[in-house]
Amino acid sequence: MMKITSRNLNVFYEDFHALINVNLDIREHAITAFIGSSGCGKTTLLRCFNRMNDLIDGAKVHGEVRLDGKNIYPDGGDLLALRRKVGMVFQRPNPFPLSIFDNCIYGPRVHGTKERKKLEVISEHALSAVLLWEELKDRLDRPALELTGEQQQRLCIARLLAVNAEVLLMDEPCSTLDPIATQKIEELLVKLKKDYTIVIVTHNMQQAARISDSTGFFLMGEMVEFGTTKKLFRSPKHKRTQDYLEGRFG
Amino acid sequence: MNPKFIQKIASVALGTAMLVTLSVLIFIIFYILYQGLPIVSMEFLTTPIRDMGKSGGIFPTIISTFYLAFLSICIAAPLGIGTAVFLTEYTRENTVTRVIRFTTDCLAGIPSIIFGLFGFVFFVIYLGFGWSILAGSLTLATMMLPTIIRTSEEAIRAVPEGFREVTYGLGGSKWQSVTEIVLPKAFPGILTGIILSMGRAVSETAALIFTAGMSLHTPVSVLSSGRSMAVHFYTIAREGISLQMAFGTAAVLIVTISIINISSYLLMHKYMRKYA
Ligand SMILES: Nc1ncnc2c1ncn2[C@@H]1O[C@H](COP(=O)(O)OP(=O)(O)OP(=O)(O)O)[C@@H](O)[C@H]1O
Ligand SMILES: [Mg+2]
Repeated sequence: MMKITSRNLNVFYEDFHALINVNLDIREHAITAFIGSSGCGKTTLLRCFNRMNDLIDGAKVHGEVRLDGKNIYPDGGDLLALRRKVGMVFQRPNPFPLSIFDNCIYGPRVHGTKERKKLEVISEHALSAVLLWEELKDRLDRPALELTGEQQQRLCIARLLAVNAEVLLMDEPCSTLDPIATQKIEELLVKLKKDYTIVIVTHNMQQAARISDSTGFFLMGEMVEFGTTKKLFRSPKHKRTQDYLEGRFG
Repeated sequence: MNPKFIQKIASVALGTAMLVTLSVLIFIIFYILYQGLPIVSMEFLTTPIRDMGKSGGIFPTIISTFYLAFLSICIAAPLGIGTAVFLTEYTRENTVTRVIRFTTDCLAGIPSIIFGLFGFVFFVIYLGFGWSILAGSLTLATMMLPTIIRTSEEAIRAVPEGFREVTYGLGGSKWQSVTEIVLPKAFPGILTGIILSMGRAVSETAALIFTAGMSLHTPVSVLSSGRSMAVHFYTIAREGISLQMAFGTAAVLIVTISIINISSYLLMHKYMRKYA
């Protein structure tokens, strides 16, 4: 099953052509990785999937992105509903300066769930899913900023799960973490892919190789190659992909 | 000269500057409290003004001050915060926002007596409010707006962009990002602006003489005239009615302002522990 598909996707920042004719299919319940050197448009592509580019002055998106077969551009239904389904985790863990509990149930509260009991159930589910529940269940009212970077990043993922996100967009989620924390997050992602569709941008090629099922390689706004991770890393079709993998640029 | 020596001179000079500033401030406060406190008593605080202020208490002026400060904040805070939210969250930087910002900066520099004159012509005469708490509060509110707008704006801009994005990313609307995270996070900064302008309202004289009048009686409604502590102080000191009573009023004024400041800082700290 394809969760997200894009056809002839082009993005402009004013006159700058940031993404050029991207066609790709993202499989459900799998991890898809985007690799490529800095500035090649990975973040831009990720932000197309939940229409966060709409917030940027001068950004124009042309082409088609389908989520579960339904076009999200243009007026593909409710923007806010789309963003609940397609959540984003940022490079730097960014929990709110609130308690762990309040962070976790921030989304549901914004969407109008007021009942304490319900919120408690939601937070337990979400925190369990990211394997934080056992660790934190006795100090849910402590400030989230007291947590380690890794725990904060997990909390940020839990915050998405609490609104029943289906797709998790992750923009270099481990780049501020140490190797051990990174490994733990990777294990979590592998566990989560059973229930979610994960798209991850990473500068760490080993990471892409370790955890992803499919990989897309980007260069200056173009998707040079897209395929199963095994194939792409073992026998890339394109010279440019091979050069990148061998560290010849980027 | 060697850098160590310069460093030494610099720290001595800066330290002296600090000491001079601080001692002037402390001297003024202590002088006024020393002169004024002896006549401050329960009776002074709770009885009406007699003989134009030569004797009796200052009860009406305390009530008027409270009314004016409270009412003007109630008018200025929502308008000011609303404007700040609009300027920061709901518009993009353009000529119009720049003009608005420039105008508020200009307003902040206008002497209060000009506001008084405006209030007199517009609220007192044109709108027919007469010399009243209402006209005084409206005038004070227009004076406070620039401060509240600018400090709220700064505070709102200081909230990391990421927090808004997370709210949008979770399917929240702009309004929700403003009310759920931006304003709570900016609250201490906004409160600072409100306290600053409240201090200005409590100590204002020129603008109030024109708009709230100088009645010696306790105001019974927003349309009553009333003199604030600061105006009372100004009048009895200037007309040489009673220097002692003037100092007494000033002492109460200083204590009031201190109470406002201290309690808001306590409130802020308590709050910041939650949102720090
Ligand atoms: N808001 C913007 N306005 C103008 N240009 C932008 C904007 N955001 C990104 N760009 C440009 O678009 C190109 C792609 O940016 P993008 O952030 O998608 O790259 P990236 O692959 O995520 O890079 P990195 O690995 O450094 O995160 C870059 O050249 C960048 O300068
Ligand atoms: Mg990026």
